[in-house]
Amino acid sequence: MSLDASIRLTLGPLDLDMAITVEEGEVVALLGPNGAGKTTLLRAIAGLAPFSSGHVRLDGKVLEDSSTRQYVPTERRPIGFVFQDYLLFPHLTVQDNVAFGLRSRGVPRQVAAERASRWLDRVGLKDYSRARPAELSGGQRQRVALARALAPDPRLLLLDEPLAALDATTRADVRRDLKRHLESFEGIRLVVTHDPLEAVALADRLVVMENGHLVQTGTAADVTEHPRSQYVADLVGVNLLRGEAAHGSVKLASGQVVAAAGAELGAVFVVVHPRAVAVHRTHPEGSPRNVWSGRASSIELMGNRVRVRIDGAVPLVAEVTPAALRELNLVEGGEVWLSFKATDVGVYPA
Amino acid sequence: MRQERVPIVIVVPAAIGAAFFIVPLVGLIVRSPWGDAVTALSAPETFEALKLSLIASLSATAVAVVLGVPLAWVYARVAFPGRDLLRALTTLPMVLPPVVGGIALLLAFGRSGLLGAWLENTFGITLPFTTVGVVMAETFVAMPFLILTVEAGLRSMDRRYEEAARALGASRWRVFIRVTLPLIGPSLFAGAVLCWARALGEFGATITFAGNFPGVTQTMPLAVYLLLPQEASFILSLVLLLVSLVVLVGLKDRWLGSA
Repeated sequence: MSLDASIRLTLGPLDLDMAITVEEGEVVALLGPNGAGKTTLLRAIAGLAPFSSGHVRLDGKVLEDSSTRQYVPTERRPIGFVFQDYLLFPHLTVQDNVAFGLRSRGVPRQVAAERASRWLDRVGLKDYSRARPAELSGGQRQRVALARALAPDPRLLLLDEPLAALDATTRADVRRDLKRHLESFEGIRLVVTHDPLEAVALADRLVVMENGHLVQTGTAADVTEHPRSQYVADLVGVNLLRGEAAHGSVKLASGQVVAAAGAELGAVFVVVHPRAVAVHRTHPEGSPRNVWSGRASSIELMGNRVRVRIDGAVPLVAEVTPAALRELNLVEGGEVWLSFKATDVGVYPA
Repeated sequence: MRQERVPIVIVVPAAIGAAFFIVPLVGLIVRSPWGDAVTALSAPETFEALKLSLIASLSATAVAVVLGVPLAWVYARVAFPGRDLLRALTTLPMVLPPVVGGIALLLAFGRSGLLGAWLENTFGITLPFTTVGVVMAETFVAMPFLILTVEAGLRSMDRRYEEAARALGASRWRVFIRVTLPLIGPSLFAGAVLCWARALGEFGATITFAGNFPGVTQTMPLAVYLLLPQEASFILSLVLLLVSLVVLVGLKDRWLGSA
């Protein structure tokens, strides 16, 4: 019992080529920067975006297949779709919005109304059943959208940036409710988000996509420990380098060699945590084998740490304490040396 | 608060422009034989003409909605070769002299017309010079207003609501009835009212295609024209004027936007 989609399409600047599977019992978050094609992929799965080749199968049944020209129209797919700005019908009451899917699927008016009002009760909006969407707050609208998508009892629940339209103060509350509803939904769940926090909070597994292509997939821990793209590395906040390993060292594309204790053979990613990078004004003495000079191109205070971006033969971000920064007497544009230990370098196959 | 000075070069032509409309209306009101108003209005011909006008214009509006909304939908949603040409043809009556429209209708639906002869011979249906003919003439001239207004509404609506409805399992028909139509409600209303007002005032196409038979095809504008040398026509004109004014003022908020 699963969703299995493989989709290729071109839409304006987007060249999408993605395969994704979601098993029953897991919540998958599709994570990626804006313009990566996440929403387009979701729309293609729902049958709302035509694709040039590929297939969408749900529980083994074909919903769409370009090779056999099969196409089940959106309205006959057992899906629930929560849109980014919810798209609640402005001319219908909250209850009629929630009942819409049931009525569309032939449920008698009375039964649909009862089930809709039960759903409104479940999302805590029983008192708003006669209200219009415009009278609700953002968080309330999100809950109505969720109830509307869930009321017809879909097999597949698709959520497109479910929290993006909310302000920061309500987001945490709504996220907690959403997580609870996702957990109690017995079907296949796929959430699109550009917010790593949201992805980690809601999902069991992350699928990271960039520029229409899969970058990596795995649990939150997998992904944060082994970033496979600059985008993920930036989200996690680590330095990511790429090169060819040769027993204890990694040769970067720039020709520089990084000493890395764990390096064996083959193409690898190299991760260096900014906290492991030491900053000096003069060539450091002692044991570190990874030493480069550079120029501090930006200095930013992040919480109680200072992130120093150093441009040079090996561009890296270092994280130091404000006290250390004062001691270094460092300003933007200043010449520095950076160093890190071979044992502080993470290496994994590319 | 200090009112900004309005330049005289603008105020003068603006005032003349306004007067151009107001003076004739004042003339109508001042010169109408108010003493004979009751007689003119209670004349059975007047009542017949008013009744026919209302029935025909409302029927024309109904036909325009039933046929024009789907046509507008096709223009807004289906890309096909020749769409622009077809749209131009179906909105041509807006710029065509209505008399020309009436002649065209005669050549198509007249007793010896393109389709008219066939209708007459096969089904024994005669359209010109009947009340149905009045409705046809009014629809011909007025429907373009509805088509254009509804098409604009369809183009400017957020189509993702339709996708949301489909994702909830709604058939195309249900999406159209339950989501699309309500969302373009204001445009549909404005289009229908414009269409109705145009149909109510229709003269040229009606008299050409349907003639001027009291009780059958003689609408208010025709009655006014027929009575023209007499002052009673002024009173009937005022009635038409009043009806139109009420419609326009009622539309202001919905369609023209209130300032």
